[in-house]
Amino acid sequence: MSLKHSIKIASGGLKTNKTRSSLTILGIVIGVTAIIMVVSLGQGAENLILGQIQGIGAKTIGIVPGRTPKGPTDVIATLSASLKQRDLDLLSRKENLPHQDGIMPIVFGNETASYEGETYALNIFGGTEMMAEIYDAFPSEGRNLNEDDVRGYADVVILGAKAAKELSPNQSLLGERIKIKGRNFLVIGLLPEKGGSSLFNFDEIAMLPYTTAQSYIFGIKHFNRIVVRADNEANIDKTVEDIKTTLRDAHNITDPSKDDFGIETQADALETVGTILNTLTLFLALVAAISLVVGGIGIMNIMLVSVTERTREIGLRKALGATKKNILTQFLLEATILTGIGGLIGIALGSLLSFLIAFIISTFYGMAWSFTFPWSAAFLGIAVSATVGLIFGIYPAKKAAAKSPIEALRYE
Amino acid sequence: MALMAVKNLEKTYHDEQVATNVLKKVSFEIPEGQFVAIMGPSGSGKSTLLHILGFLDKPTGGEYIFDGKNLEDYNEEEVAHVRNKKLGFIFQSFNLLPRTTVLENVKLPLTYSGVKEELWDEMAKEAIESVGLAHRLDFEPSQLSGGEKQRVAIARALVNKPQVIFADEPTGNLDSKSGELVMDIIQKLNRDRGHTIILITHETYTAEYAERIIRLRDGVIESDEKVKERRTGKAFLK
Repeated sequence: MSLKHSIKIASGGLKTNKTRSSLTILGIVIGVTAIIMVVSLGQGAENLILGQIQGIGAKTIGIVPGRTPKGPTDVIATLSASLKQRDLDLLSRKENLPHQDGIMPIVFGNETASYEGETYALNIFGGTEMMAEIYDAFPSEGRNLNEDDVRGYADVVILGAKAAKELSPNQSLLGERIKIKGRNFLVIGLLPEKGGSSLFNFDEIAMLPYTTAQSYIFGIKHFNRIVVRADNEANIDKTVEDIKTTLRDAHNITDPSKDDFGIETQADALETVGTILNTLTLFLALVAAISLVVGGIGIMNIMLVSVTERTREIGLRKALGATKKNILTQFLLEATILTGIGGLIGIALGSLLSFLIAFIISTFYGMAWSFTFPWSAAFLGIAVSATVGLIFGIYPAKKAAAKSPIEALRYE
Repeated sequence: MALMAVKNLEKTYHDEQVATNVLKKVSFEIPEGQFVAIMGPSGSGKSTLLHILGFLDKPTGGEYIFDGKNLEDYNEEEVAHVRNKKLGFIFQSFNLLPRTTVLENVKLPLTYSGVKEELWDEMAKEAIESVGLAHRLDFEPSQLSGGEKQRVAIARALVNKPQVIFADEPTGNLDSKSGELVMDIIQKLNRDRGHTIILITHETYTAEYAERIIRLRDGVIESDEKVKERRTGKAFLK
């Protein structure tokens, strides 16, 4: 008997029990919908975050103080004052870092600012004029930091949109003086509103010269981070090695495992975030897959009822010349078609919901969230649901095929 | 040589404690083209005998030779093939697939036959026409009368042009008029088309359409004789 005809017989059997068939596949539909949504939303989140990391610039290398942590609880490793002005000077030299194209130290911390009675807790970033470039945070009003500000320990500040609004709800702060730690700072620039879409909330920051921040606000001599920009993406690895050599020389380190600094590249960050998100997506998809198993058991249950109910039909088919294999194929196909249809509906439903969520996030929250159709998950969904049908259909189908024709015909 | 021959056929059902001998050393032969009625009261073993002759059940003793080959020597595939190609069944309760049209019901044996799909419609229609139901092709069983249902079942039994047609109490669920029509058709199939017919009934009236009556009682043959005054139906078959 041709496969085409087997499918015809099987789908005929399903059509005569439409309500039951559709209730049966509900479990599969929900399972596949969940998988599609988890994978699609996971991909959306990954694209969003990776896009932002790449926005920071693939050519930048971050140097952090302290040794590389040995584990998640090894906090002390990162609390270190090992990066100092001397390191910055050494790294700035072309003979040490030939492929360097800009270098900037960063200090950061929290401090309260006040203006005419309003106060606001700022995220303070001390850096140089390079900060605007690296984090794509150019003032929309006023000016950026410059070399003179840094060299002269200038009391100047650039405020994020929200910080400015909180300190002075009604009038622009540009050209005004705000107080931070008892000192007056001239607001020389205002950042445009960036929204909550970023990894750092730029709306709540204050950027000032690192020299000023070190001396007058934090009272420290070290840096929290040094950012080095390579002249070319191809020279990143080379530059990383140059940095290591320079700093080890400066810190008298011979054993690389005793490094008192760590190096982060964007490639590392991309990889880390990608790994975390993929693991999370996989985990959630597995949870969703459990509902597929539950759905499969539902299918088996209904197929068993169906086999008992159609004992006469099975007997008749056998009396008319159906082989065991014919009956087995018929019932297996019924189960597989059921779950296959369930899988298709689940893919459609899951895609639709993911699309709606992506649409809502991008429209109402202003994030660069895009809908991606998860092809891999769709193929997986179809394959898994059809397999579930096969596996959970085997037992009922075998039971059907094993029925003796006279027993079956006698059955009332 | 006879088309069907049974020799010392036995069938014993084993319950937990008791063994029931339904058939006790039954022997007879049926030549090709004969119309035989098997009669007997309920419990006489006539249905069991029909099931064995129709390849639906297996004996526990003795031999059954069909078409020159012992039943024991047919493997599973061959059994299904014989049921499909060489035997046709008509049941007391019709056994049509519900919610399935007359045409599709009659095509059912063809789906297992290896006959090319393009020919199915034509063959099924021809069979349906021969039982006078050409105007009911697209009806479903629930829309048919009892007599019409049984005629659909007959069409289904003969669509593969089998050598033997088994009829198990074909008139049992019918009023006498529909029953007569069904018996007319069955007799015609034997006379005009040469199908061997094995009819099971407990009514003498119905059995007299056959040319030979085998009477069973308690699992043994009580009598086996020719019908002296055979009942003949009106010519119906086209």
